[in-house]
Amino acid sequence: MPEPVAVLGVGMHPWGKWGRNFVEYGLAAARAALDDAGLTWRDIQFVSGADTIRNGYPGFVSGATFAQALGWSGARVASSYAACASGATAIAAARAQILAGLCDVALVVGADTTPKGFFAPVGGERRDDPDWLRFRLLGATNPAYFALYARRRMELFGATEADFAAVKVKNARHGRNNPNARYRTEVTAEEVLASPMVADPLRLLEICATSDGGAAVVLASMDFARRHEQDNPVRVAAVSTVTPRFPQTVIEMPNFSTDSAAAVPGEPGPTFRQSIASAAYEEAGIGPEDVDVAEVYDLSTALELDWYEDIGLCKEGEAEKLLRDGDTAVGGRIPVNPSGGLSCFGEAIPAQAIAQVCELVWQLRGRAEGRQVEEARVGLSANQGLFGHGSSVVVTR
Amino acid sequence: MAQAKTPTAAREGWFTLDAQAPALLGSKCRVCGTIAFPKEASFCRNPDCAGTEFDEVPLSRTGRIWSYTDARYQPPEPYVAAEPYEPFCIAAVELAAEEMVVLGQVVPGVTATDLAIGDEVELVLDTLYEDDEHEYVVWKWRPVEQSGA
Repeated sequence: MPEPVAVLGVGMHPWGKWGRNFVEYGLAAARAALDDAGLTWRDIQFVSGADTIRNGYPGFVSGATFAQALGWSGARVASSYAACASGATAIAAARAQILAGLCDVALVVGADTTPKGFFAPVGGERRDDPDWLRFRLLGATNPAYFALYARRRMELFGATEADFAAVKVKNARHGRNNPNARYRTEVTAEEVLASPMVADPLRLLEICATSDGGAAVVLASMDFARRHEQDNPVRVAAVSTVTPRFPQTVIEMPNFSTDSAAAVPGEPGPTFRQSIASAAYEEAGIGPEDVDVAEVYDLSTALELDWYEDIGLCKEGEAEKLLRDGDTAVGGRIPVNPSGGLSCFGEAIPAQAIAQVCELVWQLRGRAEGRQVEEARVGLSANQGLFGHGSSVVVTR
Repeated sequence: MAQAKTPTAAREGWFTLDAQAPALLGSKCRVCGTIAFPKEASFCRNPDCAGTEFDEVPLSRTGRIWSYTDARYQPPEPYVAAEPYEPFCIAAVELAAEEMVVLGQVVPGVTATDLAIGDEVELVLDTLYEDDEHEYVVWKWRPVEQSGA
């Protein structure tokens, strides 16, 4: 098992929809994380940016963009893009620098400004880009793919529209008390089920919005943490960013098809989503039974139920029971998305995987006011993006 | 007098323009036999295969619905929507011989309530959009009528 890395500071700019420059959100989050760590920008030896592809060139080189905004200091820098997993990839880059002894303390920042409505492909006519082609030839938006999974869940496991609505009700209740959440009002199942159908069987209130926001963490070696009188910081125990295994037989955004398993049958094993979490468990030397709190990527209400199974909280087909029993609500056996999840935040792509870690750190410190999971010692995040990127982070205390 | 517009593939080389029995065109690796859609031209997806040469193969014209949904709101560009916008269904269809799932729109007039997982569908060509000179066609899935007992 790799050595742990200390999380000295976390910070966020609240999520919302203002259309301001993404750098502003990232900067606010970075300063909050530095304050939380009791450090200044001058202390940072490595800055790791999570990129945004919808904000021009500054977004493609976000590490340098944030470094310039904080004031050129000569710090080493990297910028990462990995779709929804960008934030975790940026964390992985900083962690690797620390574990390799190349630096003692690093700042990770991600922020985004998003357009209104459905995510569309980036501009230009790109006839070899599957992300462009799936809109052109199929009109397949992101919610269309979420809906295919949701319908499949109804067919295989008997999930109902009421179950999906119950996920939204739970997360809205969680997010109500989160000052960084964009949507902070409770909703009833009736309101969810009365909201317009977007992609059958998913309704407007069950599909995550697109948001502006920023999140940052300060990571350091355990030695550096001790030198700064932080003897018991929350630790990063694992970061998994595995690729799928061939043949990948579950349809993934933005693809037109799965791999074919006709010539080369796949070996029995975990699906892609399952492997994201299992690699993190293996690296941390723990199992699902050790997890006290989880933040998972609820791009849709139905997808949250898939994650319960994929991160091993229950067996396949038992997610609805876990939800109905109240196990995944704050106060239950294994709370999921105490932050309110994407349901209450909306997605600010490069910031989101970092925000998941911020929430877990607040939970493990016992500082998640109004949504605190009692005695949380181990937290796990999970997310999945386009084109075979996904991530899972394990934090412990 | 208006001329009939020539049907043109919305994406050339992805499917045949055979009006009676159109088929998607995949690639088959000459080394390991792995099939891919859309076609691969320079690499094989099999991690244990270094194949770089491929044959073009038509894919099965029928399959069974793996899952389905619809698009109640107009998708953003580059989708070219009809005016006024008409919602359509999307199906993920399992092809038995290829052991793969392929997406496609479902033909107009079919709603989500008409579909069920496991239903048999067949590949047809239909209009995606038109301009002054061309009718751009794309593959769509059409439910196979169950013959009455």
